[in-house]
Amino acid sequence: MESQRCKGMRDLLPDDMRRFRYIEDTFRNCCVKWGYREVRTPSLEYLHLFTATGTLTPSKLGKAYSFLDWDGWSGERVVLRPDGTIPIARLYIENLSQQQDARLFYVTGIFAFEQTGKENRERWQCGVEFLGGASPMADVELMLLARELLHNLGIGEVELRMSHAGLAKALVKELGLSPKDEAGMLGRILDGDWQAWRKVKSNNLELDRFLASVVNFKGKLSDFLKKVELPASQASAGLKSNLSDFTDIVRLLDDLECDYWIDIAAIHGFEYYTGVCLQLFHRGEKIGGGGRYDELLSLMGSKNMPACGFAIYVEPVIKMLSLKEDERSESGVLVKAGERTPGVMEACFSLAQSLRNTGHIVELDLAGGRAADYRWVVSVPGEGSFVIIDRKSGEKREVSSLTQVAGMLGGVD
Amino acid sequence: MANQSNYIKLALPKGRLLPATANLLADVGLGFKGYTERTRQYRLQSRNLPYLTAKIFREKDIPIQVAIGNYDLGICGLDWIEELLVRYKASAVAKISALNYGGGYVYAAVSYKSGISNLDEFLARQRNWRIVSEYPNLAEAFALSVRMRRFRIFPVWGDAEVYPPENAEIAILGARNRRELERKGLLPLMKLLPTKAMIIASQKNLNSKDLASVLNCFASKLDNKEFSLSFEELGRKEGSIESLPRPELKKVRLALPDGHQLPPTAQLLKRVGLNLSHYSVEALDYHPSVDLDWLDIKVIRPQDMPLQVANGNFDLAITGRDWLLDHVYRFPSSPVVELLDLGFGKVKVVAATSQEMPVSTIEEVKQLLQKGKLSTLRVASEYVNISDKYLCDHHVSPYKLILTWGTSEAFLPEDADLLIDNTQTGRTMAEHNLKIIDTLCESTACLIGNKESIVSPDRKEEIDFLIQMMRGGLA
Repeated sequence: MESQRCKGMRDLLPDDMRRFRYIEDTFRNCCVKWGYREVRTPSLEYLHLFTATGTLTPSKLGKAYSFLDWDGWSGERVVLRPDGTIPIARLYIENLSQQQDARLFYVTGIFAFEQTGKENRERWQCGVEFLGGASPMADVELMLLARELLHNLGIGEVELRMSHAGLAKALVKELGLSPKDEAGMLGRILDGDWQAWRKVKSNNLELDRFLASVVNFKGKLSDFLKKVELPASQASAGLKSNLSDFTDIVRLLDDLECDYWIDIAAIHGFEYYTGVCLQLFHRGEKIGGGGRYDELLSLMGSKNMPACGFAIYVEPVIKMLSLKEDERSESGVLVKAGERTPGVMEACFSLAQSLRNTGHIVELDLAGGRAADYRWVVSVPGEGSFVIIDRKSGEKREVSSLTQVAGMLGGVD
Repeated sequence: MANQSNYIKLALPKGRLLPATANLLADVGLGFKGYTERTRQYRLQSRNLPYLTAKIFREKDIPIQVAIGNYDLGICGLDWIEELLVRYKASAVAKISALNYGGGYVYAAVSYKSGISNLDEFLARQRNWRIVSEYPNLAEAFALSVRMRRFRIFPVWGDAEVYPPENAEIAILGARNRRELERKGLLPLMKLLPTKAMIIASQKNLNSKDLASVLNCFASKLDNKEFSLSFEELGRKEGSIESLPRPELKKVRLALPDGHQLPPTAQLLKRVGLNLSHYSVEALDYHPSVDLDWLDIKVIRPQDMPLQVANGNFDLAITGRDWLLDHVYRFPSSPVVELLDLGFGKVKVVAATSQEMPVSTIEEVKQLLQKGKLSTLRVASEYVNISDKYLCDHHVSPYKLILTWGTSEAFLPEDADLLIDNTQTGRTMAEHNLKIIDTLCESTACLIGNKESIVSPDRKEEIDFLIQMMRGGLA
């Protein structure tokens, strides 16, 4: 049969949802312990919320699901949430700005029109935003939180790649391009194209060497400090301050024995980032990312405010989780009615309820064939008669009262 | 008869590209009888190749028809191809090559009266732009590429050049060159892309059919340069900016129709004593002057009026009730209301099928779908919202709506199963071998207004005056 599901959309089946909920629950528990509070923003926002900051690239905005609402005669377009952070910033400005800072988290779907329709057009992410959190402590807090979260999810071999948007922007500035070319270059870099960079040279050999050493560097801070030497005479104040911000953060990570990998060229994505950027990988697959966006709130018309955040991408993480044993096969009960007489049906419902009260998952078997999912199968051939099979031990017993059944199955913690 | 799949079907343009395309086809030995500007035929047969047929479409329909595979090859301007591709990048259209004609560009242009001379100035001027265009997708791509912070796009059926500066800050429109725009009082700030004629092919049919016998004929006529969307900013042209006075906004703005509705509207206005200069088919000024100093009049397409009135770009407009309904079905909370039934321009909006289709009611069309004799009902219409509502109200499923820009009757029976269109007498439908199976509504010309502006204290008196005046002219 031809699928009637929209292209690029996916169903989450019971096993997917078990993993999804596991990620969400782990994420929530983790965030709450660090003092973050959950929020949820609407699926529909005005397009101008995302164009107003001038920070998202045309190629990203071109993938937004934008359309006219039922009252869209004014030409004002709405979009299905194309980004997680900007709506949170709006939510803060509109509702929480009397607070000096806000630690917020959310689980949300992000919509982007991926051309082929083979990739997901709705992607879920678990995101954290620390509005008012200044560098370097807030940045490091997020990295430690991300590390803890992935650890709690049981995902090992996580690689934390560090870059710095402010540093990248300052580097491009050193090339001395016209404002338009500079914006174009940044746009390409943010779309992941560092090749554009290599085609341009400044007029200063020493500077070019420095720029190349930064862009090409991959490694730890100690090597970074050795190999990347700033030509003191030429460097602009912007370059210096961004470089020292970056080294401060990385040094703190070193002190806390948090593993990382510097890769300035790894930055791509959102233009609203102004400071450190982090990307999380597991065996080469990207599973999350984020960074510092100190200018976003003021671009949206609020006061100047430092902020940073990150998100874990649910889809790749779901694939990495091995399902724990289902609760049903541990202690679940399948109740089978022998005859569908009023007395037997009543006995089945009463039995099921009393077992649920002791913590068991209990399913009434109406269609047959589900026994394999359950630890226990209790048949009710007639009134006052129960046959219990423990599928783990293979043991089979007949009893005559509900109390005996409950006693034999015991309670669940 | 040869196997249907061996036939090659060509979609050919009406309008600006028709004469040069007809010459080209004759030159390369693919001439079609009856492919002339005056033709009333839509289906054409090649003079030389028995397996080659063609159909005439509006240019903007061609990329879509080719993308869905109804036609193997098509000839149309790059502007309409990019209008499709810029939003639907995965469309199954292959650009084969440019041809040596159809020169011109799509420009982003402002009014000379706006006092703006380049893009930077334009972008610095304000933060909520109104963009008017026949190319809404290119308009959006333009707005995003120049990083407009906030914009609204008004798609129009035509006459985009009439809107700036009063009713839109910028128009995205095609023109042969700068001079043509300048003559219309517009200054181009950016060139988006050339409007060159192109040959396109259906990606699917290109892989599954042998189109080489036809494509090879064009080999000597191709322009092998690459043309695409480029957003080239235009520099200031020294001395070209005259300091024209900024137009003063008049109190009341009225939109009048062009096209079929023009003569009866002009008669009505004459009858009631409203003297307009140059509002006639023979001498049409899109901004006619009037002897009431508080009234500003512009001539635009009737299809575009409800949206323009809803936005407050015009207070009043004369359009057909069909277009008002189409608007209100899409935007139920729109502030546009009908103020006066003017009685002329009577048409019925009907559903029609080909004579050959064994149905006489919409219920029977549904039965064809239920029995699997039709997999999907393809509906051609200019009235996208009236059609959607009609089909949903009748629980017709599944259907696909093919939005057309006029001459929808040509789509049946090959490219659509049902037509929803207006008709005066039903004669054109009968000529095209169509039968009417249902009447959706009747429509006459009416005066529409924005319910907020008609009660606004600074305009109420003048608007009431105009309504009363027109009421007096009704038979």
